[in-house]
Amino acid sequence: MSLTQQVLKGDRLALSRLLTLVENNSPEGRAALAELFSHTGKAHLIGVTGSPGTGKSSLVNQLVLQYRKMDQKKVAVIAVDPSSPFTGGAVLGDRVRMRDLSGDDGVFIRSMASRGSVGGIAQTTAALAQVFDAAGYEIIIIETVGAGQSEVEIARLAHTTLVVEAPGLGDDIQAIKAGILEIADVLVINKADRPGVEHTERALRSSLELARPVSRVYHHGQAMTVKAHKPPPNTWIPPINKTIATDGSGIAKVIESIANHMQYLRTSGEWNARERARLRSETEALVRDTLMTQFLKGLPEGAFESALERVFSHSLSPIEAAQFLAQTERPQTPRATKEQP
Amino acid sequence: MSEHTIRVLVAKPGLDGHDRGAKVVARALRDAGMEVIYTGLRQTPEMIAEAALQEDVDVVGLSILSGAHMALAPRIMELLKANGQDQVKVFMGGIIPDEDMPRLKAMGITGIYGPGASTEEIVKEIREATKS
Repeated sequence: MSLTQQVLKGDRLALSRLLTLVENNSPEGRAALAELFSHTGKAHLIGVTGSPGTGKSSLVNQLVLQYRKMDQKKVAVIAVDPSSPFTGGAVLGDRVRMRDLSGDDGVFIRSMASRGSVGGIAQTTAALAQVFDAAGYEIIIIETVGAGQSEVEIARLAHTTLVVEAPGLGDDIQAIKAGILEIADVLVINKADRPGVEHTERALRSSLELARPVSRVYHHGQAMTVKAHKPPPNTWIPPINKTIATDGSGIAKVIESIANHMQYLRTSGEWNARERARLRSETEALVRDTLMTQFLKGLPEGAFESALERVFSHSLSPIEAAQFLAQTERPQTPRATKEQP
Repeated sequence: MSEHTIRVLVAKPGLDGHDRGAKVVARALRDAGMEVIYTGLRQTPEMIAEAALQEDVDVVGLSILSGAHMALAPRIMELLKANGQDQVKVFMGGIIPDEDMPRLKAMGITGIYGPGASTEEIVKEIREATKS
């Protein structure tokens, strides 16, 4: 039986091995992905991002517990932690907070090093999610590195993105900067038993209201009614949830918000739009890779390296080098006709 | 990445709470370019075997300072085998009396390190053991 067949039958060791092959971007891994693709598209991908120390891993732990208690759905967790830019090594420590999940066959946790990617997830995180999807995991939670403001890659991958904040981590200017708050579908203020939680909530709420005018505003502490434009029907306004992940308070509400968001995605057509955008960018990236490989193969021996050398010595700009290389491409024999799948 | 990155699970089975050794080793392996999955304190053999399976590691590193190694190690080896992970190399560190070493080696433990072992040595031996 092939590895993919074993994975489809629910073999956990086969699944784990396949995840490694896919993570390493090996030819076997890519072949398996192609084979499994027709089995994907069923899972709900939930991204969890936020600054380091806001409690993402503990929150994920509680979310999984709750999902397992509620309706026995199989849950996969992909926890991404940073690789060292110097040695390529990594310490992946998200499992430390997820020990409550061990011993449950319906849960599969996989730690992943970012391996040089900067968007908060690794290059092959999306592919790993596809494998879990094909293997029948209905909920896939992806926890990002957690480096903060530029972690927007996750929004492209996940259907629902949770942004986790904690009291005492910055003011309302942080909250209106572009980036992490913009991608939030659901906001979570974790560690809600800490002082300053009202402050954080107010900052988040007011930054959300800057984007979507409301009819009641607070001015010098007074509630005032103002004329506001009604938001167009069927817009999603990110709800703010308060949680204490160490004891599970507020988790049920977060699950509810996620379910509501799912409902919204389905009814508004956004689900299809997101799926299409995601698959489009994935296909485009692969086309780019393929063309690049073909292009390099088509060049005369050493042409690329010698052009690079001239760029290194600053006698040729990268733009000129690219143009030059495009012109020196060997006349191609009529493109090898690829077999139709 | 064409070269296979060595993945190591570092775990502390049993009840002692001294995790400094495990952390020093985790850090050293990271600096040697390996991916270390750190699971923390008080892991049961079942938890360790399950994590090793899910993470598809090449190596499991156990840190035991409680003296319970002769009870914990066999169980972990047994579970790894039961999961079909016979190829995983197991290393061990902590307070291990000399007279227990032959029996642990016979169980299939690849390397055993006591206080004062150098991290370079551990890195070197892990690299050697995982060479395919």
